[in-house]
Amino acid sequence: MSNDPIHQFQIQKIFPIEVGGMDFSFTNSSLFMGLTVAAASAFLIFSTSGRGLVPTRMQSVAEMAYEFVASMLRDAAGTDGMRFFPMVFSIFMFVLFGNLFGMFPYFFTITSHIIVTFALAMLVILTVVIYGFMRNGMKFLKLFVPSGVPGALIPLVTAIEIISFLSRPISLSVRLFANMLAGHITLKVFSGFVVSLGALGAAGVAGAVLPLGMTVALTALEFLVAFLQAYVFTVLTCMYLNDALHPSH
Amino acid sequence: MNGSSQDDDGTDPLEGASESGLSKRRAQLDRKLKDLHVAEQAAVQKSHRSATGYAQAVKISSEFIAGVLVGAGIGWVADEWLGTSPFGLIVFLLLGFAAGVLNVMRSAGLVTSQDEQISKQKSRKDGP
Repeated sequence: MSNDPIHQFQIQKIFPIEVGGMDFSFTNSSLFMGLTVAAASAFLIFSTSGRGLVPTRMQSVAEMAYEFVASMLRDAAGTDGMRFFPMVFSIFMFVLFGNLFGMFPYFFTITSHIIVTFALAMLVILTVVIYGFMRNGMKFLKLFVPSGVPGALIPLVTAIEIISFLSRPISLSVRLFANMLAGHITLKVFSGFVVSLGALGAAGVAGAVLPLGMTVALTALEFLVAFLQAYVFTVLTCMYLNDALHPSH
Repeated sequence: MNGSSQDDDGTDPLEGASESGLSKRRAQLDRKLKDLHVAEQAAVQKSHRSATGYAQAVKISSEFIAGVLVGAGIGWVADEWLGTSPFGLIVFLLLGFAAGVLNVMRSAGLVTSQDEQISKQKSRKDGP
């Protein structure tokens, strides 16, 4: 592997597939998405298969994950929002496992590609829009017209609110993607310093201690960011779902 | 298990006294639980607030950038369709800036969300 910090994000085709001139190849990204889903499902299935009244260690981790997401959703969207629990929990587990998978050396980080995070964000926003219209009909549009605004300003404020709404999927996806991308590049650059300095002889090896310590610290930070970003993504999902359920506030 | 059966045995002769004792104990436990819950929430909020300045920076900048990008995108598409170049881009880019600033203020908690505003207005109307 080269010292190139961007190399880890390259998409490689594993099985080239082409249907009607379109590229449907099975890539390393698809492989790791599959692995993420498999790992998350396996974790939940095996950890809860015992169904002990007194949970084992793994079972209590799974129960904590459930409680964590459930209370997040209930706080943000009320008990009404619990109908979205399967979706929110799946998104949380997918993002969390995807982020954590990226922390293994030589693994591909699926959430470091904006198309993956954007697809997740669009899933959330389309759910909000479609369910919002289904449940509230035209009242859903009240979301864009704040109350108590003077009549002359309403067109301007509504335009700003609509743009602000449309920017949600973008900020949601950019945040996750930028965090993972930047973190992994920083990690790679600092660990690259260790190698390049180590090649310079005794003084270089002594100097390489500094970036090595930095790499260790950054690895810990990246684990924190992996959890934090999965949490932030899920919290915002809950808040947007709340808009679909109660648009008029 | 053993303790509860002992309790049952003990309740028979002086039922009222133990019942009031039980309710007292229950109230005490309730209070303890509530305190625990409050402390837990305070801890969560604290960790939420101090959650690394780096994450905060990415969060806020992404909010702003998204607003500007969407505004510019809408303006560009409008120009393409309506042939109003360059006015659509100018107008919607400025609106996008406004939306981005609004996003940032909302996520930083400097602008109250709408429902809070409404409740504030109501209380102001009711108050004086």
